[in-house]
Amino acid sequence: MNVTAHTTAGNAYTFGFLDEYAKKEVRRAVLKAIAIPGYQVPYASREMPMGRGFGTGGLQLTLSLIGPDEVIKVIDQGSDDSVNAVNLRQFIEMMCPGVSTTTKTAECTLIQSRHRIPERPLTAAQIIVLQVPYPDPLVVVEPSEDKRKTMHGEADYSRLLVKLYEDLVTFDEITLSHRYPTRINGHYIIDPSPIPRWDVPKLNDSAALILLGAGREKKIYAVPPHTQATPLAFNDVPFRVEDFRDAAGRRRACARCGCMNSFLDEFVSDSGDKTYQCSDSDWCDEQLLQIERLRRKSA
Amino acid sequence: MAPTILRVEGYGKQFQLHEQRKRIPSSHNVHFTVRAGELTALIGPTGAGKSSVLKGVYRTYLPSAGRILYRDARGHELDLALASEHQILELRRREIGFVTQFLHCLPRQATLDVVAQPLFTLGVARPEARRRAAELLSAMHLPERLWSISPAMFSGGERQRVNLARGFIAKPRLLLLDEPTASLDPITAECVIDLITGLKAEGAALLAIFHHPETIRRLADQVIELALPPVVEECLEDAA
Amino acid sequence: MNQVLQVRNLGKIYGPGCPHCFESTGPEAHTNLCPHCDSVIAIHDVSLDLHEGEILGIMGESGSGKSTVVKALYFDQAPSAGEAIFFDAEKQHALFNLNTAQQRWLRNFRFGMVYQHPHQGLNFNITAGGNIAERLLMSDLMDYNAIRARAKALLTRMEVLLSRIDDRPKNFSGGMQQRVQIAKALATRPPLLFLDEVTSGLDLSVQARILDLILEIQQELKTAMIVVTHDLGVIRLLTGRAIVMKYGRVIEAGLTDQILEDPQHAYTQQLVASAL
Repeated sequence: MNVTAHTTAGNAYTFGFLDEYAKKEVRRAVLKAIAIPGYQVPYASREMPMGRGFGTGGLQLTLSLIGPDEVIKVIDQGSDDSVNAVNLRQFIEMMCPGVSTTTKTAECTLIQSRHRIPERPLTAAQIIVLQVPYPDPLVVVEPSEDKRKTMHGEADYSRLLVKLYEDLVTFDEITLSHRYPTRINGHYIIDPSPIPRWDVPKLNDSAALILLGAGREKKIYAVPPHTQATPLAFNDVPFRVEDFRDAAGRRRACARCGCMNSFLDEFVSDSGDKTYQCSDSDWCDEQLLQIERLRRKSA
Repeated sequence: MAPTILRVEGYGKQFQLHEQRKRIPSSHNVHFTVRAGELTALIGPTGAGKSSVLKGVYRTYLPSAGRILYRDARGHELDLALASEHQILELRRREIGFVTQFLHCLPRQATLDVVAQPLFTLGVARPEARRRAAELLSAMHLPERLWSISPAMFSGGERQRVNLARGFIAKPRLLLLDEPTASLDPITAECVIDLITGLKAEGAALLAIFHHPETIRRLADQVIELALPPVVEECLEDAA
Repeated sequence: MNQVLQVRNLGKIYGPGCPHCFESTGPEAHTNLCPHCDSVIAIHDVSLDLHEGEILGIMGESGSGKSTVVKALYFDQAPSAGEAIFFDAEKQHALFNLNTAQQRWLRNFRFGMVYQHPHQGLNFNITAGGNIAERLLMSDLMDYNAIRARAKALLTRMEVLLSRIDDRPKNFSGGMQQRVQIAKALATRPPLLFLDEVTSGLDLSVQARILDLILEIQQELKTAMIVVTHDLGVIRLLTGRAIVMKYGRVIEAGLTDQILEDPQHAYTQQLVASAL
């Protein structure tokens, strides 16, 4: 391993901040995670120059995978411009000289994301890294990690289903909005990080590799390309994504681009009015551009 | 001559009371046979061990001596003193009935179901089992208004009728009766005597203890007189 | 009647154990604590058989090891010695040779357990219906409405008001908690049910109704049961055969009426005499 090759002149840090041994360990964990879809691989999460819980797990994955010719996109809740995304992007730019960044989903090779998967379908040439606060879906029903490991090993998930049952009993519908337990490749159930229900179907048969990293909890897991991902549900109460219908039952549209098939964020103005807008800012821009192009063409 | 169902050879029973370091004899060297379609009556003074013989045959008591050879419905002979617990339970379910002076039943169970119980365990459909229970209870003049409540609150005579009906309903091959008419009024006692006569006619073997010599005279085909066991009690030299 | 369970030489020792453990403990030694190595010989050399539809009683005082027997058979505690074979239709399972996944499968699908304390068998933080649902979900019944219907039927059978189905059992009376626990145990229609002191601590009238229900269930479903109790009344009412335990050993086994009317062992005689 040539360590110095990646060390740039005048910079005390290694390319990608992490030393090569740390990267090697993370990559090994990634290989194992891909080999056992949905299994939470433990790894020695390193100290990062930011608080745990601010995406250190995702960042370690990104920094271990990144090469000088990478085109990287960093998003937070669908937006490229929120504080967390901007900070992480700047850090990556600083630590990985030569790497280019973009906000365009279509152009990037590697995406680090907090709580969203882009609307535009990802390709086989792309990898998405999701930042995970709580990797184990069983933590809500079983406090002992030792017992949880056995439960995962035996695919003993009845208590998670009981949670869904209790939801239905209490609210007549499954109220889980985020972190929806999803079974990967017919065995392990994962916590797909706090992505909304809307994004859960994107895990299934994805062309891109999906990696999930929890820095504080020291776990890495993966949904490999073209792997089955099934949200937990009853046969007669199927899984549903958010429908964004208004009181009259009509699908709401993005107030900015007019899109009717994207995940919407709700904004409340000072006057108390609610407006809805695409959560994925790149997607929204793209829709606007397209409209603009069509308008020009017809003009 | 009717086939022999039960041969008791040298039956003896004594109780070892460890606490009091005593051995109390209850039956001694009892011999008799019981034939199908006949009633064999046990008589003898109090303490001669009449009930002890019935309980020994039913295996409520573990015999201390002798053999109790029973020929089952398939013609196999086995020694009830040595048979396995599961064999005994199976015989109790299908072939051997016991009507004692006491009725044990569930506190909430309706009389009709208490009587039909042996048929339930044999797998007879519930409506059919209850129909047969009702038939028996009306033959014994138990008022119909009592059928749906628990016998726990019945008078002694009413309870005894329920007990008898339950003993009779599955038509056991061998029926053990311990003073079945003791607490009955004369009319009901007559009904019971009729029922017993009926059972005999159908080929059941009965081994019974009766209080009244008159009942014995009318029903018994054979009378076995038991003598008091020789020693009344004996101190254990060494309590185990 | 087909055999359901065969247990041979079951043993459980807490502690290191030593060569003198067995000779230094048991009914004659009046202790289950080995004086040489301070191990507790919870049970030693326990053998029993159980047939289809049969109720076997295990009686004894506290510390006799009676609960340890069912806990070992239900995989709550691994035994230190012995073997047990569960006969399931055409299959035989050597219980203590199975891996944990196989043991869990048997617990979920083929066995049921009702504990003395409802909180051991029920999750008090989820509804009564949810408790039953959990067992059904373990057995891969994945239809919400079917689960709901089955939970309702079971609670109705156990005489729990249907209006309480979505309440948490921590707000129930002791008798009602026990009925929910039995409903949960029966959810998968197991051929073998363990009952550990299920009526202890309940009012007499409540006790009687629960015992009634257990017997009715046994007659309806032909469930084989092992009933652990110190209560001779429960033994008399429920069981056809019984074993008597003291200081971890079986000191007497027989037909229940025989044990109660003609007990052989000095200890059983004492036990029966003191109950009358």
